[in-house]
Amino acid sequence: MNGFKIIVLAKQVPDTRNVGKDAMKEDGTVNRAALPAIFNPEDLNALEQALRIKEAHPGSTLTILTMGPGRAADIIREALFRGADDGFLLTDRAFAGSDTLATSYALAKAIEKIGRPDLIVCGRQAIDGDTAQVGPQVAEKLGFPQITYAEEVNIEGDVVRVKRRLERGIEIVKASLPLLITVNGSAPECRPRNARMVMRYKKATTLTERQSANEDYLRMYTSHPYLNIEEIGFKDLDANIDDCGLAGSPTKVKKIENVVFQAKESMVMPATDHHLDALMKELIINHTLG
Amino acid sequence: MNNIFVYCEVEGGVIADVSLELCTKGRKLADQLHCQLEAVVIGANLSGVEKQLYPYGVDVVNIADDPRLEPYTTLPHTSVMIQLIREEQPQIALMGATTIGRDLGPRVSSALHSGLTADCTSLEIGDHEDKKNEKVYKDLLYQIRPAFGGNIIATIVNPDCRPQMATVREGVMKKEILSKHYVGTVKNLEVSRYVNDSDFVVSVIERHMEKSKVNLKGSSIVITGGYGVGSREGFDQLFELASVIGAEVGASRAAVDAGFADHDRQIGQTGVTVRPKLYIAFGVSGQVQHVAGMQESSMIISVNNDPKAPINAIADYVIQGDVNDVVPKMIKYYKKNTK
Ligand SMILES: Cc1cc2nc3c(=O)[nH]c(=O)nc-3n(C[C@H](O)[C@H](O)[C@H](O)COP(=O)(O)OP(=O)(O)OC[C@H]3O[C@@H](n4cnc5c(N)ncnc54)[C@H](O)[C@@H]3O)c2cc1C
Ligand SMILES: Nc1ncnc2c1ncn2[C@@H]1O[C@H](COP(=O)(O)O)[C@@H](O)[C@H]1O
Repeated sequence: MNGFKIIVLAKQVPDTRNVGKDAMKEDGTVNRAALPAIFNPEDLNALEQALRIKEAHPGSTLTILTMGPGRAADIIREALFRGADDGFLLTDRAFAGSDTLATSYALAKAIEKIGRPDLIVCGRQAIDGDTAQVGPQVAEKLGFPQITYAEEVNIEGDVVRVKRRLERGIEIVKASLPLLITVNGSAPECRPRNARMVMRYKKATTLTERQSANEDYLRMYTSHPYLNIEEIGFKDLDANIDDCGLAGSPTKVKKIENVVFQAKESMVMPATDHHLDALMKELIINHTLG
Repeated sequence: MNNIFVYCEVEGGVIADVSLELCTKGRKLADQLHCQLEAVVIGANLSGVEKQLYPYGVDVVNIADDPRLEPYTTLPHTSVMIQLIREEQPQIALMGATTIGRDLGPRVSSALHSGLTADCTSLEIGDHEDKKNEKVYKDLLYQIRPAFGGNIIATIVNPDCRPQMATVREGVMKKEILSKHYVGTVKNLEVSRYVNDSDFVVSVIERHMEKSKVNLKGSSIVITGGYGVGSREGFDQLFELASVIGAEVGASRAAVDAGFADHDRQIGQTGVTVRPKLYIAFGVSGQVQHVAGMQESSMIISVNNDPKAPINAIADYVIQGDVNDVVPKMIKYYKKNTK
């Protein structure tokens, strides 16, 4: 066996876990600019699983693919710093406004362009939408079987064994390659950046980044081709424009509202013996308790 | 034609609660749309399973019964759903937002190019106007869900693609019997027409499932500890109170993350939804994600040392004080007044 060709799908997301007051605009929409952009947490778990498989099977290659705006190249660098071999940034105006279905269509087309791998590894879900749909939707588009909620992946010969973490227990399943796996947040955390890799890849950039940096990196990239993060646009894909972006998205956002609670008139009391005695009495008499 | 489908999860011949909850909701939607409600049950040894579904107002029970279809694996269930949907053209297809529904739903939607909205907290019927194309759509499914970590509520529609698909978590919809005497019809599917041998590439070799010992949904009194409870020992006190007054103990995510309580006790958007007769929140601040899972409780008591805690706004009683002080007093005065 000469190792496997592995593609990890990772997304840059706004850090919705730390939404402060300034993250919401007056009109109730989200001020994305106020939120730090991070590597989607479960995609880091996915990267770690992929790195372990790569290490266990010498000769394997690990490619990272992300769809997003130019700044999503940060995700690819983060992955390179941890041991990925190369990365592709799928970016184009044509993909703006994609729902999960249009996203998975574009990602599947990009995977075909990069070359169909043995294994695709995704995170379970992205924290900006919490949908957990893109992985299975990509698998369907490529005709790959899927295993979701993976916590541990082992490949021996041509048998893949996966431990899945489900709501009410665990399941061990067996499958063969090719395969798409989505990795659960309960899987091992991703290793930190590797200092040697940081040295090697810190200047890895996309063509767009090099052009806007206003420096002549051209020569360097001919001598160090691994520092190129390749950008893929719509025209590079064998894709149908009607299936991309807003046009290719069956779901439309009709309305967005701020969350408002129905405030009640509450009875406020201090925690004295007297008040708690009276409250318990009242709850027992009106049959709320007992 | 153009009915409502509910994919029903089944294990050992028993339909999952989340599926019955969806049938209850599906019945109401079907009445509004003047169409029929159909259940799809895919599994093994299913004879008689329709009897569990009829009382919820199911008109047609589609059954795919084959030993290879249980336990659930992705591809065979996907194949049955895709082909059945192509044949029957339902306008709406609902599934539980469970580990099964969230594995199956996206796969089916991808094959059919139909929109899917995950984790809806409310489903309604309404019209939609597409101003740009000057088109009006009648009777669409409004798929309402929290977005952006629960900070906003979005209404999603699928104007053009069918079926309109949505997943809903367990406990979000109410399970209610329509009539014990409601009767529909059974349609047995010829399984070999729907699945291929190649669908069985993934096989389950071991399963360890446990029945949850925690019964939050079924409890009429829920007492919940938040981060303000401070420790596992603090939770021990809550358990003591719970056993005295006959309650189940829930937890906020902050309390679960801090290790004070186990994950299966989490209440909220990413946990269980409860609507008990009485909900007592101890040291819970009341962020939207938590409130989403308890706001329909009939009576809410908040115990908090911060008078400005957001949860106080939706509470019927606010007790200002320290959890560690209030819990023993509640036990004491409950005992005193029931003697
Ligand atoms: C995508 C997403 C999903 C989420 N899903 C959920 C979910 O399902 N469920 C959930 O609960 N959360 C969820 N959260 C987290 C949620 O946003 C809050 O962080 C969490 O609910 C806070 O828990 P808490 O109220 O216990 O803690 P805190 O916000 O820290 O509040 C503690 C409260 O205890 C009070 N307090 C402190 N000490 C004492 C004392 N000694 N006596 C009395 N009162 C005291 C404080 O005044 C404060 O009000 C989610 C978040 C995200 C982003
Ligand atoms: N824009 C994207 N680029 C690359 N991978 C993505 C993208 N969106 C989603 N994914 C992958 O699909 C998983 C599920 O995403 P979601 O369906 O948005 O919850 C993520 O954890 C990623 O692995």
